[in-house]
Amino acid sequence: MSETIKLRKGLDIRLKGRAAETVTRLKPSAEYALVPDDFVGVTPKVAVKEGDHVRAGDALFVNKQSPEVGFASPVSGTVVAVVRGERRKVLRVTVKADDKQEYVDFGVKDPAKLDGDGVCKALLEAGLFGYIDQLPYAVSTTPDARPKAIFVSALRDKPLQGDFELELKGQEKDFQTGLTALSRVAKVYLGVGAQQTAGALLNAKDVEVNVFDGPCPVGNVGVQVNHISPVNKGEVVWTVDPTAVIFFGRLFNAGRVDLRRIVAVAGSEIKTPAYVEALVGAPLKDILAGNVKADHHVRLINGNPLTGRVANSESVLGAHTSEVCAIPEGDDVDELAGWIMPRTNAFSASRSYFSWLQGKKEYDLDARVKGGERHMIMSGEYDRVLPMDIFGEYLIKAIITGNIDKQEQLGIYEVSPEDFALAEFVDSSKLPLQQIVRQGLDVLRKENA
Amino acid sequence: MSLRNYLDKIRPNFEKGGKLQAFRSVYDGFDTFLYVPRTTSKGGVSIHDAIDSKRIMSFVVIALIPAMLFGMYNIGYQNALAAGKLQEATFWGMFFYGFLAMLPKILVSYIVGLGIEFAWAQWKGEEIQEGYLVSGILIPLVIPVSTPLWVLALAVAFAVIFGKEIFGGTGMNIFNPALLARAFLFFSYPSCMTGDTIWVATDKIMGLGYQLPDGFTMATPLGEIALHVDVTSSLENMIIGLIPGSMGETSVIAIAIGAIILLWTGIASWKTMLSVFVGGGLVGLLFQSTGATPIAWYEHLILGGFCFGAVFMATDPVTSARTESGKWVYGLLIGAMAVIIRVMNPGYPEGMMLAILFGNMFAPLIDYCVVERNVSRRAKRGAQSNANQ
Repeated sequence: MSETIKLRKGLDIRLKGRAAETVTRLKPSAEYALVPDDFVGVTPKVAVKEGDHVRAGDALFVNKQSPEVGFASPVSGTVVAVVRGERRKVLRVTVKADDKQEYVDFGVKDPAKLDGDGVCKALLEAGLFGYIDQLPYAVSTTPDARPKAIFVSALRDKPLQGDFELELKGQEKDFQTGLTALSRVAKVYLGVGAQQTAGALLNAKDVEVNVFDGPCPVGNVGVQVNHISPVNKGEVVWTVDPTAVIFFGRLFNAGRVDLRRIVAVAGSEIKTPAYVEALVGAPLKDILAGNVKADHHVRLINGNPLTGRVANSESVLGAHTSEVCAIPEGDDVDELAGWIMPRTNAFSASRSYFSWLQGKKEYDLDARVKGGERHMIMSGEYDRVLPMDIFGEYLIKAIITGNIDKQEQLGIYEVSPEDFALAEFVDSSKLPLQQIVRQGLDVLRKENA
Repeated sequence: MSLRNYLDKIRPNFEKGGKLQAFRSVYDGFDTFLYVPRTTSKGGVSIHDAIDSKRIMSFVVIALIPAMLFGMYNIGYQNALAAGKLQEATFWGMFFYGFLAMLPKILVSYIVGLGIEFAWAQWKGEEIQEGYLVSGILIPLVIPVSTPLWVLALAVAFAVIFGKEIFGGTGMNIFNPALLARAFLFFSYPSCMTGDTIWVATDKIMGLGYQLPDGFTMATPLGEIALHVDVTSSLENMIIGLIPGSMGETSVIAIAIGAIILLWTGIASWKTMLSVFVGGGLVGLLFQSTGATPIAWYEHLILGGFCFGAVFMATDPVTSARTESGKWVYGLLIGAMAVIIRVMNPGYPEGMMLAILFGNMFAPLIDYCVVERNVSRRAKRGAQSNANQ
């Protein structure tokens, strides 16, 4: 029997251009690329050379700190480029796809008959282990620390995010196999939204199902961890994207790495917002082909407008990306005297605008910051959209001042940057909160290593 | 758009190497005031709430306008009343008299305060912070009508430099700058701030108003209590605000309109506001029942700067307690303290200013206690889970 956890804090931002529930399959692209930056906290060591031939499932790069963690190529083909940026940082490894795809055969296994070590070994072998994230530090995990629990949130409730239930259709068996596999490692908690009805979620086996009811960010896995089994110092919790669970299930059921995923193509600058089935690493220009309005500056986002990364036409579909969004950039907009005009098209959590009167109206927000950066002035802004037992303002101040003891006391091990995304949105002082949290976590991880 | 084009055209003059680079902060200030900045986010969230500190500060200024307008009228009203010419004085005559009396103080406050802010921003290479927009109107409203302009200028400079900028600017200050300006006046120039000769304008201004005789005296109701004479104002006049006092603080109705704006927009915390009144009311009731004060508990809440302080100054988010439960303690402390000072210390007929500064001082400690509860709960949880392993 599942338990419903009701949370009141948060904010739903309704944006124009939600994806319609139709899925088209993307034609195979010429080249695919895997981006190390998609796996937070991983320093990549490239495992292939230009000209090498790889199969789908062969590692393209490994985690330097933990070389047994490889990252599987989504396709078979020839490595055509290892693109490096400043200080030789690996930006992406590009593979030219073969006409006929070859897969590494890892063998069909029944995870119910494996133990935790067996499951980890299978995931490591196939280059999928790095899809597991962990708290503390909100990074891609390594196999040296076993988690006290594993959390999967099936609810994607950020603006324009792809609906996981739609992605789940037809994948129920693989999803369940993936959950069973994870349950061999540690207890698995599956977080489900109050509106979700799929049997594969509500009646999932080998897991504890918890229903979460409330506004965004109730779907954040970090919020769910905080309410069920908060992370104490020295503990590790795994957090797994539900699509990665499907990847794991396919590995055990079919014996091969199959990184197909269904992404929402959404946003007010998309002509016909809908879902697309594509492989991880597919070029965004193929996914968006001809579907972006071209009348003014457009911002492409690999992910949703709150936590996604700014992309360009050269970018590829991220490993953890469940949607690709296009919104107006806004650097060509002139708006007179914003401090006093009613601005009925502006969205705000504050009642000094009228958006609170406009019910379910959908907004067309652009990428402007809409104000200058200031010191923290208003109090309680963050707490209103942070449904966790955390004093957000004080934690942010502790990070800004570099006070590590205070950060630990205030629960930095329990948070990830995405938990502060809504706070960053509503912040009247326009502080880059996600970046601040990320830097704090990185420093702490280095100190504790 | 022509104005936009003009601003873009003159921008290079203000940038580094331009002829007018010493005025970059001024240009920036005006540009961002006229137009919403076009800067887009580089990382982090791609969309932002339309709120910013300019909007917030502007709404506080709007909330102060009723008190300011009523203050202008009341200056004229008190002048006519003192001259015994209330019958012949017109509404507009009294209003314009008050307008002319208050305007120089508002101008001095803004010119001195914003001048320092602009210079400071230029020197630090930062954007101009909007905090002074509010302080600049608050300061004239909490001083008596006869305060000399040069004294006001000194107080403003002191408040902006030592109350705010040396801490790092808006958001980093410990004490409310407007109250600091008032405290500076109160202790440095007590003859301008207390007594019974300062509350009514006594001169004609540009032919308006009435010349009052030298040595005219008129005490505020709280002053009368301190002098142990009977309070002459009626309850009705106390609520409407037709009593002598600092320029903007007298009218409960005008302040209530401001309070509604602040609470409606969520800019001020209702918890702080309510708890200041509860704290003041409880202590007032206590003193009333022991006979320590000659007026009823509710009169303490509507007299002097109590309402004005509770609505516009105690709720300043920067200097108030920042945690939600801390706001209750902070408000109660201020309300109680204000009435205690008024009643227990005959030297200070008005206690609100000192009570709020006292509250400002204790706000970090209150927050510390609230946050520490969360910290110790987490520590306990961690210890328990370690013990279970």
